[in-house]
Amino acid sequence: MSATVLYDEPGPRARIWIAAATVVGVGLVGLAVAVAVVRLAGHHQLDRARWTFVTDPAILRFLAFGLLNTLKVAAVAGALSLAIGCLLAICRLAPVAALRGAAATYTHFWLAIPVLLLIYFIGFGLPTLGVDLPVFWFLVLGLTLYNSAVFAEIFRTGIVSLHSGQREAAEALGLGFWQTMQLVLLPQAVRRMVPSLVSQFVVLLKDSSLGFVLPYEELLHRGQITGQYAQSVLQAYVVVAVVYVAVNASLSYLARRLEARQRRPGARVAAEAPTALNPLIVGAGLAGAAVIGVGTDAPAG
Amino acid sequence: MNVVLDNLDVFGSGLWTTLKLTALSFLLALGVGVVVATARVCPAAPLRAAGLAYVETVRNTPPLVLLFLFVYGLPKTGVRYSLFVSAVLVLGGYTGAFVAEALRSGINAVPIGQAEAARSLGLTFTKTLRYVVLPQAFRTVVPPLGALLSALVRNTSLAAPIGLLELTARAGQLNTSDPNPIWIYLAAAVAYMVVTLPLGAVTRLVERRVAVAR
Repeated sequence: MSATVLYDEPGPRARIWIAAATVVGVGLVGLAVAVAVVRLAGHHQLDRARWTFVTDPAILRFLAFGLLNTLKVAAVAGALSLAIGCLLAICRLAPVAALRGAAATYTHFWLAIPVLLLIYFIGFGLPTLGVDLPVFWFLVLGLTLYNSAVFAEIFRTGIVSLHSGQREAAEALGLGFWQTMQLVLLPQAVRRMVPSLVSQFVVLLKDSSLGFVLPYEELLHRGQITGQYAQSVLQAYVVVAVVYVAVNASLSYLARRLEARQRRPGARVAAEAPTALNPLIVGAGLAGAAVIGVGTDAPAG
Repeated sequence: MNVVLDNLDVFGSGLWTTLKLTALSFLLALGVGVVVATARVCPAAPLRAAGLAYVETVRNTPPLVLLFLFVYGLPKTGVRYSLFVSAVLVLGGYTGAFVAEALRSGINAVPIGQAEAARSLGLTFTKTLRYVVLPQAFRTVVPPLGALLSALVRNTSLAAPIGLLELTARAGQLNTSDPNPIWIYLAAAVAYMVVTLPLGAVTRLVERRVAVAR
């Protein structure tokens, strides 16, 4: 709903009010920024020496590899979660009650507990039980268990939101459950849910910062080391935050572009149906979504 | 099993901290959300830009980074809060960005004809909002707000790495002194579920109660 319907075109007095409110609002925001800058400068946090670490090639390399580790773990966990999530969603709609129950229990359990608790259990609990893996796989395991449950919910929502005529038509044509899913429902559901999938990838990427506690050498962990080494704690975290925002915002931008492309009148889902006859294409669609996800940011739990 | 039964008071105090943290940060998040959502739809372009900048920055940063910035970075400028207050401020500010987006999309989800009809009946701006648009917007917003609250309960665990002894930190502590991961972490998981699962049920109940048939 556009805001303009809510009120008439502002008259002279309303325009003065709006102008005054703008000045006050901008003044408040500006005041906050000014106080922050004065405060930072007063404590020598804006001094040149505190920021020179960002021009040190060795430190930049160190941080870049931290970012690479973050992207790596997010990509692997994202691809695994997509595949498992898709299977779980199919199980939840399967005609076998036991399968439905098992998938629902799995999903609800992981969605109800914090990812960090899971990562603590995996990182500090499993080794005492004799399970020993590189921390990379510990983090992948934790992120995958949680995110596969989220992806399962996204896929399920997508499938359920399709018009019931799609399923009925497929059944009328004599397709079985698996064929209906694979040829008719999933291809449409995946396309419909691309924006949600990407925004969940952004969440996953943000959650990979939890690897800090293991510790996995991702961006945040390397940022902390940099801050201590360069005596620039505040500055190092600011740099880390900026990198996360840049990566996640570009992924979200990519998602919006994809969404806009889908909505173009020329992009007809039906026209792509014949290619979906090949199950590999459905898989390729998923992999494509995964690639997008690697670049996106992770939303709040 | 014994390790859980012997330490019920430890789990209890952890859960109590988690609940306090959740309640206070959710209140803050609602406040921040209303202010930011208002800024994002107001007629002043610079404020709209500030609202957008806040939402985009906060939503794209891992909350753990924000916490570290606040707890380890801010004291360098002489600003110092207790761990609990820091956690409330960061979690509230972080969740607030999501609340703002939920409120905004709730208002956008009210069909335009509703506002048009109200306006053509002669209702003023405030009356249109109060009697027609907002009551419907709040109903659409119930499920996302419930989901955000549940996410917040789980996100309070992020206070563990900075040293606040909430539920997750308590479980980690117990497991360090007396390694028995399966029982300890299962107990903590159950404690979280005792909070999050009823929350989901209540959200669905409220959603059904207030649902508008269109």
